[in-house]
Amino acid sequence: MGRTLAEKVWDAHVVRRGDGAEPDLLYIDLHLVHEVTSPQAFDGLRLAGRAVRRPDLTIATEDHNVPTTGIDLPIADPVSRTQVDTLRRNCAEFGVRLHPMGDAEQGIVHVIGPQLGLTQPGMTVVCGDSHTSTHGAFGAMAFGIGTSEVEHVLATQTLPLRPFKTMAINVDGALRPGVTAKDIILAVIAKIGTGGGQGYVLEYRGSAIEQLSMEARMTICNMSIEAGARAGMIAPDETTFAYLKDRPHAPSGADWDAAVAYWRTLRTDDDATFDAEVHLDADQLTPFVTWGTNPGQGLPLGERVPDPADIPDENARLAAEKALSYMDLRPGTPLREISVDTVFLGSCTNGRIEDLRAAADVLKGHRVADGVRMLVVPGSMRVRQQAEAEGLHEVFLAAGAEWRSAGCSMCLGMNPDQLKPGERSASTSNRNFEGRQGKGGRTHLVSPLVAAATAVRGRLSSPEDLV
Amino acid sequence: MQPFTTHTGVGVPLRRSNVDTDQIIPAVYLKRVTRTGFEDGLFAAWRADEDFVLNAEPFRAGSVLVAGPDFGTGSSREHAVWALLDYGFRVVISSRFADIFRGNSGKQGLLTAQCEQSDIELLWKLLENEPGTEVTVDLREKTVRAKDFTASFAIDDYTRWRLLEGLDDISLTLRHGDDIAAFESTRPAWLPTTTVAAG
Repeated sequence: MGRTLAEKVWDAHVVRRGDGAEPDLLYIDLHLVHEVTSPQAFDGLRLAGRAVRRPDLTIATEDHNVPTTGIDLPIADPVSRTQVDTLRRNCAEFGVRLHPMGDAEQGIVHVIGPQLGLTQPGMTVVCGDSHTSTHGAFGAMAFGIGTSEVEHVLATQTLPLRPFKTMAINVDGALRPGVTAKDIILAVIAKIGTGGGQGYVLEYRGSAIEQLSMEARMTICNMSIEAGARAGMIAPDETTFAYLKDRPHAPSGADWDAAVAYWRTLRTDDDATFDAEVHLDADQLTPFVTWGTNPGQGLPLGERVPDPADIPDENARLAAEKALSYMDLRPGTPLREISVDTVFLGSCTNGRIEDLRAAADVLKGHRVADGVRMLVVPGSMRVRQQAEAEGLHEVFLAAGAEWRSAGCSMCLGMNPDQLKPGERSASTSNRNFEGRQGKGGRTHLVSPLVAAATAVRGRLSSPEDLV
Repeated sequence: MQPFTTHTGVGVPLRRSNVDTDQIIPAVYLKRVTRTGFEDGLFAAWRADEDFVLNAEPFRAGSVLVAGPDFGTGSSREHAVWALLDYGFRVVISSRFADIFRGNSGKQGLLTAQCEQSDIELLWKLLENEPGTEVTVDLREKTVRAKDFTASFAIDDYTRWRLLEGLDDISLTLRHGDDIAAFESTRPAWLPTTTVAAG
């Protein structure tokens, strides 16, 4: 019987098949490390007198805590500074390559892996960060792990794991203008729910997916975790190979040919079966925004805030009531009438060059509305540099937006970029959880196009509202 | 890791679904570099509300959390598990757990017991009608008992075995060092390393 893409990658990494109750032992090709989820793992190694088995398959960066202004100064928050200093000490002691704040390669861990060409098809990639699913856009098996598992991978370069189930997310048709990968994934999550992907690797397939750029594919795979899935994958194709060619860590010469020959085998066989399948019609999609406090609580922008009384499932109804109360929204309000005070463009979901280009294109010739602040935070210093080379920063600055340095920033507000209590944002990030962007802050997840249009109008909007 | 066989403690009804790890412990508490002392961050935003269940007296000393479906979704932060353990919880009961949270729990000795939602509704009523009721969770028999309430729970066999024996994963894996070395020798040469190329 044929195998799915996920099963092929899994099988190629089994060090040892589990017998009976014991899980398989899986080899890890690339381990990404950041300052938040690693200190206790390095400490564990130290306590046990263990080394990092493969520092040459490990790379670290500073992203969650770093300020996005004044990066030449020491970090003001002493606790953030301690965490960053601890990573620096740990990387020096254990021989791990680190891209610290201020370095040309620094950035969000899920932006720099692909950018350096370290993320390649068919690899296993882990990081102590749930958005590791991003790297699945290359046909890698990439998933987030906890700190104990970080320590486990540092010590052994393996993880004991039980095979995931497989789910096909078929997206066929063509996206209409103004509709993006972000809208696809928000629609998928609204359809299957925040727990719908639990235990699964999602494979996104179909003609709409095949037409997407690598950046767009990363946006989709990035948010697989918001549907509860361990990972999301997309079969590698010519778009993938073209993206990788000549990247610093991509194979070259005869190695490139050997690699591409292997990568071409990484497709789900025609006679393979998935444990579950979901279908979505790309032609029908419109810009999608969230109204609630989990990423599954989303609707097309043209809709109204839902009435919890119309929700039959009791738990979902209670969740909706709590969400509307937290979000300070009334049932029946058109989503387009919701005003925001902050727009955040950035994060590992939508902080890549293509996202900045799309937003700049909408903003060109417009001003950010009075009373609205817009933060533009590139996903990496390379993205920032590229954007400046293209003059995008001038568009943002001319519109009245703030042009920042790279980091996770307001996606989770571990650095000074936070919402104040009661503030409302349109955010291109991945989570609208209570207090995620700052205590008492309210988040609407949107695409970069919707973020830019919303910044101009001060209310949730799509580019067509600007005409 | 301490072996886990059975635990008895005050049950805490948490009538919420989709309790994500940002709610279990907000990001601001993740800046520490130590492995202990996270109890003050547990449900920090909710505990600021005096009506929150953990602020009521018999529940304050709870050690068995009974929550709605999809517990532990979102961020992979293991701090969520540390916060629950540091506070004093030994067991979380839910009808569905997020995968990463469940994995993290198993590694730290926090038992995630998966029950039917109908059983959780019964348990919620019992704990709310008689606050301070003790719940006994027996990992050998895979049962939850409280007064005349009894239900079975699900947990995968491997995690159960490791919890019962108190075994940690790294030592278990290091027994297979030869297999890992053998696998490494077969990896294609074109796979990337993070080593910075000369020049």
